[in-house]
Amino acid sequence: MSEGKPRTLFDKIWDSHVVETLPDGTCVLYIDRHLVHEVTSPQAFEGLRLAGRPVRRPDATLAVVDHNIPTTDRRAGIAEDESRIQCETLEQNVAAFGVPYIPVLDDRQGIVHIVGPELGFSLPGMTIVCGDSHTSTHGALGALAFGIGTSEVEHVLATQTLLQKPAKNMLIRVDGQVGPGVTAKDIALAIIGKIGTAGGTGSVMEYAGEAITALDMAGRLTLCNMSIEAGARAGLIAPDEKTYAYIEGRHFAPKGADFDAAVAYWRTLPTDSGAHYDITVELDAASIAPMVTWGTNPEAVLPVTGIVPNPADLADPSARVSMQRMLDYMDLKPGQKLTDIPIDVVFIGSCTNARIEDIRAAADVAKGRKVASGVQALVVPGSGLVKKQAEAEGLDQILLDAGFEWREPGCSMCLAMNPDRLKPGQRSASTSNRNFEGRQGPGGRTHLVSPAMAAAAAVTGYFTDVRELA
Amino acid sequence: MTPFTTLTGIAAPYPRANIDTDLIIPARFLKTIKRTGLGKFLFDPVRYRPDGSEEPDFVLNREPYRRAEMIIAHENFGCGSSREHAPWALADFGIRCVIAPSFADIFFNNSMKNGILPIRLPREICDALMGDAAMGGNARISVDLARQVVIRPNGEEIHFEVDPLRKRLLLEGLDDIGQTLQHEASIGTYETKQKAAQAWLPSISI
Repeated sequence: MSEGKPRTLFDKIWDSHVVETLPDGTCVLYIDRHLVHEVTSPQAFEGLRLAGRPVRRPDATLAVVDHNIPTTDRRAGIAEDESRIQCETLEQNVAAFGVPYIPVLDDRQGIVHIVGPELGFSLPGMTIVCGDSHTSTHGALGALAFGIGTSEVEHVLATQTLLQKPAKNMLIRVDGQVGPGVTAKDIALAIIGKIGTAGGTGSVMEYAGEAITALDMAGRLTLCNMSIEAGARAGLIAPDEKTYAYIEGRHFAPKGADFDAAVAYWRTLPTDSGAHYDITVELDAASIAPMVTWGTNPEAVLPVTGIVPNPADLADPSARVSMQRMLDYMDLKPGQKLTDIPIDVVFIGSCTNARIEDIRAAADVAKGRKVASGVQALVVPGSGLVKKQAEAEGLDQILLDAGFEWREPGCSMCLAMNPDRLKPGQRSASTSNRNFEGRQGPGGRTHLVSPAMAAAAAVTGYFTDVRELA
Repeated sequence: MTPFTTLTGIAAPYPRANIDTDLIIPARFLKTIKRTGLGKFLFDPVRYRPDGSEEPDFVLNREPYRRAEMIIAHENFGCGSSREHAPWALADFGIRCVIAPSFADIFFNNSMKNGILPIRLPREICDALMGDAAMGGNARISVDLARQVVIRPNGEEIHFEVDPLRKRLLLEGLDDIGQTLQHEASIGTYETKQKAAQAWLPSISI
């Protein structure tokens, strides 16, 4: 990179982490932070053990259990054998390799992507990885954060680097202001609806524009979380005063003079004026409504005011077949109003939407209302600290009074690795990130929505425009 | 890692776009602490009926595709999660090569680290190869990584692109860690410089 050439936020983080560039352009990229969980790490630690290699930087690594654990009382341990073995294996591995670990009964335990930002483990300008695709979440802090497979988990544990080639720079500009009832989740779904689930392939997506800077940190984390659903390698938002205020005082964050020195560095990170983006996409915030997915990938999404689309309207035969398969799986008919679709289960949780702000939004809608008859509604906070905060604010009681279940933190029904799952044919309004076939349990039908929209569906029993729920 | 040099075998046509990792292997099968044994769960949601019996229409349940070593599919193969269980399940079933117009980035990387070659070819060529594959067991498709060609049953050769470093690692069956550790001195130098320039960087302990 030549001196003085305007650079993007991504370019700057990338350049400052290149250890060496190999002759074919592949870079040895230094990794500042590594989050580890029980599902994608056992084979990586086994690989280290077989090769006799240590963990190079335990002091840059943090492990936590989240995917497998039950969200009911955990003091008695995990009943399911395979889940228990996976969690026990992580405990043995972190002990053997000296990796910092947050046990399940610790208040700081939670979903990796809630825990990292919440504890100040994830900071602007860093490279952050985890064996989980939703690592893109941490990009909200202005960090280059991306998901990796287990071989790469082993690679980072052994070398604190990855072999990578630079991504393309993609700019997503959302100008103007969103209307009432429209959240970061709706912005994310609107973007994916526009560019598709492969729209960001090969790119790092930087979000900018008035509607993005207006988001609080929780909203920014939600938005960057969903970058992977657009196929992007990572999502990024330039750090600003909100970012620094969010970080200050957090558990692992630099303190005092160190914090000031860090902020001085972070201020150099935002994209230079005139920097080049390979792709630019623009959206008008005012045109975004509360969104609901109707199909089996996140680009199959419409405003809640919409109707189920008709495959016959598509010119491309393979697109027609694909839409028909989605409608068959989801048991929906063309022309059906989204607000006429009844739901069975509501899931408010996941690394996308389980922060305190999300719980507040759900409680706001639930207050003084009751969960509709026949609907099961789960609220699963993203971490023990989120849970405690919600309880201090009395949100748990509001939700319990309305008929919601108030659970212990974990990934839960987002991917149904623990006992929380849909039964075949059940339909959910879910604040999670993926509506793939069977994602929340075999035969389950998932509709992705914001926390407020999920709570609105819980109290009416149907998808409901939260703006009309006065 | 098993080296990938040449492959001649049966290709299963699976004309579907956005084949996601939850379809390749659902999350409930990720509870293993091993890399092997996942082949029986490959494509579980479409390969088996709710009662556990085989879905007779699914391509990998039909002859000759039960012995497939390649899959040919449509756009955005492997989208979704970072689970390396997806390539582990493919490899355990016997799949060594996936041909599609496009792949999700993480799946693409994960495959090559497990001796599976993902090949990007234009949609119309994928459709032509699916036509070849649909001819049955005698219609063998070949892949020659060194020459970067797919060879159709009629002998036509189709060139494909592959990253030079990945090509070498696949041909020799080398893993990345050994490759990277050749640069260990540079990593140490980088760490020393970073420590000096960013003294505020916190150290993590619980």
